[in-house]
Amino acid sequence: MNYTYYPGCSLSASAMEYDASTRALMASLGASLTDMDDWNCCGATAASAKSALLSLALGARNLALAEKMAPGSDILVPCSACYLNLKKAAMERRNDPEVARKLDDILAQESLTITKPPEVRHLLDILVNDVTAPTIKAKTTRPLKGLKIAPYYGCQCLRPYPVFDDPEDPVSMEGLLEACGATVFKWDMGASCCGASNMSTKPDSARKLVQKILMQARGADAIVTVCPMCQLNLEGFQRQVSHDAGSDLSISILYLPQVIGLALGLTESDVKLDKNLAVTRKFKEKLLAVSC
Amino acid sequence: MDEMVELKKALGTCIQCGTCTGSCPNADEMDLVPRKLWRMVLMDRTDSILDSRTFTLCSSCYMCTLRCPRGLPLTDAMAALKAVALKRDIKKHRQSTRFYASFMESVRRHGRVREGEFMGLYFLSMKNPLLPLRFVSLGLKLMGKNKVAIELPAKAGHGNLTVLFKAVAEIEEEEA
Repeated sequence: MNYTYYPGCSLSASAMEYDASTRALMASLGASLTDMDDWNCCGATAASAKSALLSLALGARNLALAEKMAPGSDILVPCSACYLNLKKAAMERRNDPEVARKLDDILAQESLTITKPPEVRHLLDILVNDVTAPTIKAKTTRPLKGLKIAPYYGCQCLRPYPVFDDPEDPVSMEGLLEACGATVFKWDMGASCCGASNMSTKPDSARKLVQKILMQARGADAIVTVCPMCQLNLEGFQRQVSHDAGSDLSISILYLPQVIGLALGLTESDVKLDKNLAVTRKFKEKLLAVSC
Repeated sequence: MDEMVELKKALGTCIQCGTCTGSCPNADEMDLVPRKLWRMVLMDRTDSILDSRTFTLCSSCYMCTLRCPRGLPLTDAMAALKAVALKRDIKKHRQSTRFYASFMESVRRHGRVREGEFMGLYFLSMKNPLLPLRFVSLGLKLMGKNKVAIELPAKAGHGNLTVLFKAVAEIEEEEA
C-alpha cells in the first residue's frame, strides 16, 4: 500500500494530532506514505466564497503535483474539506471540457499539466476498503472493551459525492470500531453538520448544531471524527454549548486514527492524545482499564 | 457574464419543491428559506437576495445538493452569492465575506493558510476591537497546546500562489 500523502493546512497546525496519528497508524499497518511535494492549500470553503474557479484551480494544482510525483499512487487525504476540494477539481475537470481548458491554462503558467490525475481518497475510505476491518481486528492488541464510541462522519467526506458510504446514513466506521473491540454507540447524528466555519462567522447558529450533536451523544464515552473542522467544533466549545443547553455536555472527542491506533497498541503519545482539547478523565480511566 | 445571470441560468429548472429547505440544517436561522431564495434568483430580485442573510448561513453540508431532484448545484450557488457579496463589499455581510477573504489572502501569500496570520488579517479588516474577544477562549486553548501562535501578517514569500491567483483573475475578467 503506497500513497501520496496530502496533509493539508490544518494538519500542520490545529489538527497536528490527526496528522501524527494518521502517520503512526498507517506505518503500523505497513502502508507507505510519501508527502506530496510543494502542495498548496485546498481553499477549504473560503475559496469558493471568493471564486468558484479559484477553488477548482487550487485543487487542480495539487492533482498536477501528485500526478507528476507518482502517477500511479492514490492521494490519501485525511481532512474532509481537502478531500472534497481535490475530488471536486478532478470531477469537474472530467465532466466539463470548458472547465478543463481553463484549469489547464492556469496550471500552464507554472508549467504544470494534468493528463490522468491520481485518485483522491479519504483516509476513512482507505481504512475501510484497502486496510479493511479484518486486518484491524487481527492487529488489535488492546481491545477497547467497554468503550462506547459514537461515529461522526460530518458532511464533506460523504457529500455531494457518495464514494464509499451512504451519504445520509453512513456506516463505514462501525466495522472498524468493532474491529477495535469498541462498542458502537448507535445514534442518528453521524451525517449531520457541525456548523463548519459558521462557528467563526455565525457562532450562535453553529453552536445550536453542535448542541444537537452533543445532546444526542449523551451516554457515549467518546465521539470519533474524520475531519479537523468537525473535531474543532465538537471539542472546542463544550463549555459554552453546555451553558446554552443548561446541562453538562462534556464528552471526549478523538480522531479515528487515534482510536484505531490505541487499539493497535500505539501509545497515547504516539497518537498525540495530549493535543486534543476534550478528553475526559473518565475516558482516560477507561482507557487505562483496557490496557491492564 | 454577470454573476446573477449565470446563477439564474444554473438554477433555471428549479421546481420549488422545497427539498432544499427541508434538508438545510440552518434553515430556521434564515430570513429567506433556500426555496424562496432560488425563486427570487429566477425573478431577478437581486437587491432582496443580497440583503438577506440566508447565503451567509450556508455551512456547505451539501445535503440540499445531494437531495435536489433536479440535480441543481445549490451549495455552489450559495457560495456564488457569498462571492458576489464579497465583490460588492456589502457592509452587512462583511463578518462572513472578510473572514473568507482573509483566509484566501494568507493562502495567496504563502500557498498554505497560516491560522494565526489569517485571523490577524481578519481582525484588522473588520476594525472592530470587540471581535477578537470572541475568539480568545478557543485561541488560548490552541496556544496552550502549542498548536497555533500569534503571527504578524507577512509579505508573500516562498510557495506563494500569486501567479495562480492572477491567472484565475485574468480569466474571470475576460468573461466579465
